[in-house]
Amino acid sequence: MNSFALLCLLLAVTPLILIFSYTLIQGLAALNLDFFLQMPKPVGETGGGMANALAGTGILIGLGALFGLPVGIMAGIYLAEYGDNALGKTVRFFADVLSGVPSIVVGVVAYIIVVLPMKHFSALAGGVALAILMIPTVTRTTEEMVKLVPHSYREAGLALGIPRWRTTLRIILPTALKGITTGILLALARSAGETAPLLFTALGNRFWSTAIDQPIGSLTVFIFDYAKAPFEDWNQQAWAAGFVLIALIFIISVIFRLVTWSSYDEH
Amino acid sequence: MAQNVVAQTYGAPAGDGGSNPPVASSVRSRAKHRQWNVGDFVFKHLTMLFAVGVLSLVFLMGYEMYKGSSLSIAQFGWRFLATSVWDPVRDEYGALPLIFGTVLSSLLALVIALPLGLGVAVFLSELAPRWLERPLSFLVELLAAIPSIVYGLWGIFVLVPWLRLHAEPWLGSHLGFLPFFKGAPYGFGMLAAGLILSVMVLPIIASISRDVMRSIPDLLREAALGLGATRWETTKVVLAASKSGILGATLLGLGRAVGETMAVTMVIGNRADISASLFSPGYSMASVIANEFAEATTSMYTSALIEVALVLFVVTILLNALARLIVWSVTRRYAST
Repeated sequence: MNSFALLCLLLAVTPLILIFSYTLIQGLAALNLDFFLQMPKPVGETGGGMANALAGTGILIGLGALFGLPVGIMAGIYLAEYGDNALGKTVRFFADVLSGVPSIVVGVVAYIIVVLPMKHFSALAGGVALAILMIPTVTRTTEEMVKLVPHSYREAGLALGIPRWRTTLRIILPTALKGITTGILLALARSAGETAPLLFTALGNRFWSTAIDQPIGSLTVFIFDYAKAPFEDWNQQAWAAGFVLIALIFIISVIFRLVTWSSYDEH
Repeated sequence: MAQNVVAQTYGAPAGDGGSNPPVASSVRSRAKHRQWNVGDFVFKHLTMLFAVGVLSLVFLMGYEMYKGSSLSIAQFGWRFLATSVWDPVRDEYGALPLIFGTVLSSLLALVIALPLGLGVAVFLSELAPRWLERPLSFLVELLAAIPSIVYGLWGIFVLVPWLRLHAEPWLGSHLGFLPFFKGAPYGFGMLAAGLILSVMVLPIIASISRDVMRSIPDLLREAALGLGATRWETTKVVLAASKSGILGATLLGLGRAVGETMAVTMVIGNRADISASLFSPGYSMASVIANEFAEATTSMYTSALIEVALVLFVVTILLNALARLIVWSVTRRYAST
């Protein structure tokens, strides 16, 4: 049995290691300074980079954070501080269910509520889609992090006669801030890897654009287009973009783990 | 009075053996002894508003998609789910080939990932030393964080050529008498989609099954061992006890597979056909939306695609709700003992 279980582990881990190492090798080989600084070259010319896609991904995440974070954080505070009741349980359940909704479906919803009324694709629509995707993660992370704050902190604040809401805002949240911030960073990094909800909201753009009411390029949509293209050079750039995405997500995940593990150990 | 409150909330004597009482309940009972405060009232209800917002978002999404697909629902009715013509040129839409593709690729993924995932879970919860726990759970977390577009990228450039040149010709010549392995080896097709999905859902199934098995009390293992059971027999006892939890994990994995878009779109071949052969190209509900939504020309076309999204939404919500309820009830049952 031992060897069978070990075999399963090996079989399970092998493809993942393959994917990871392949992306690492191909991506590093294709990555250069041009990738970060140059604009995409017209079809048929080699070289160029994805400067506009990097900026576009940044803008999309920023918009997503602008709409999604306040909702997620406030809902998370409610769940941690007042959520020990039927409403709290229901919200928690629906947040979990929402996190299981396919991202492509979220894209369709963003299309209906933003693109249709505006009558054209826009960065704004992409931001709304990413916001909806962020909300469940941010809600549950905030809740977990606030709950990690030792009970004695809250008691100390209340014993000093500080109202409950000020205790929460001035004592509990600052204590949980480190965990919440890294949790949010993790949610942002993951949303940087989203492709499906951007295909028909932000659409994509080969030119420099920072206008939020216009289509905008993003790393992931570029990977999708470049991977399908019949040009060797574009395929290489897709690997480079994939590598940049994975590197971003992994670095933030490691930081998140270090922060949360150290705070588990303290208490 | 303060002592009174402490006694009420903790039970006397105040036990401080490192265990926090549930945060909200203890504070709420204390709040009864406090004066009413405007700030508290405002703050509580403001956060509650956002919490309710998260809740209503799910319903809003469903409603918007229902409204957006009204044209297609009125035109095709339930036939939409049962006819197999997907023809934008004649403006006729039946989702059966898409549903078939989604179901087949997801089931294929489960058939591969479930035994492997269970093996991994057994290894992690029953056999592996405790110090391995953190690094491995972290690894699983990282793998779950790889964007699906990267899986797709790997699928296009590594998996598909390997299938076309090696795996599919081999399967065709050795198992070609089975209907699943007939036809030309394209590489792109159901088999590729099922394989890449199995890689993606495996970490989910393995990690949740491990959590469930970990929550089974040691008492059960000790009882089995005490009766003279071997380690394998003890593991069977644990597996039997975590049956429903494993079912929940499987449903969660299935939910992920059904909604997975980019990786599948890049390898499934994108042709709305129904074929028994795993070699032949297919289509899935998620990938038809990804490929055609931005280019949908008529309002009926858009409406039909929104209806596909609505079907996907309802299916994944049901799968997830069921899975969460199962996992939740299992872990709670053992947490109380």
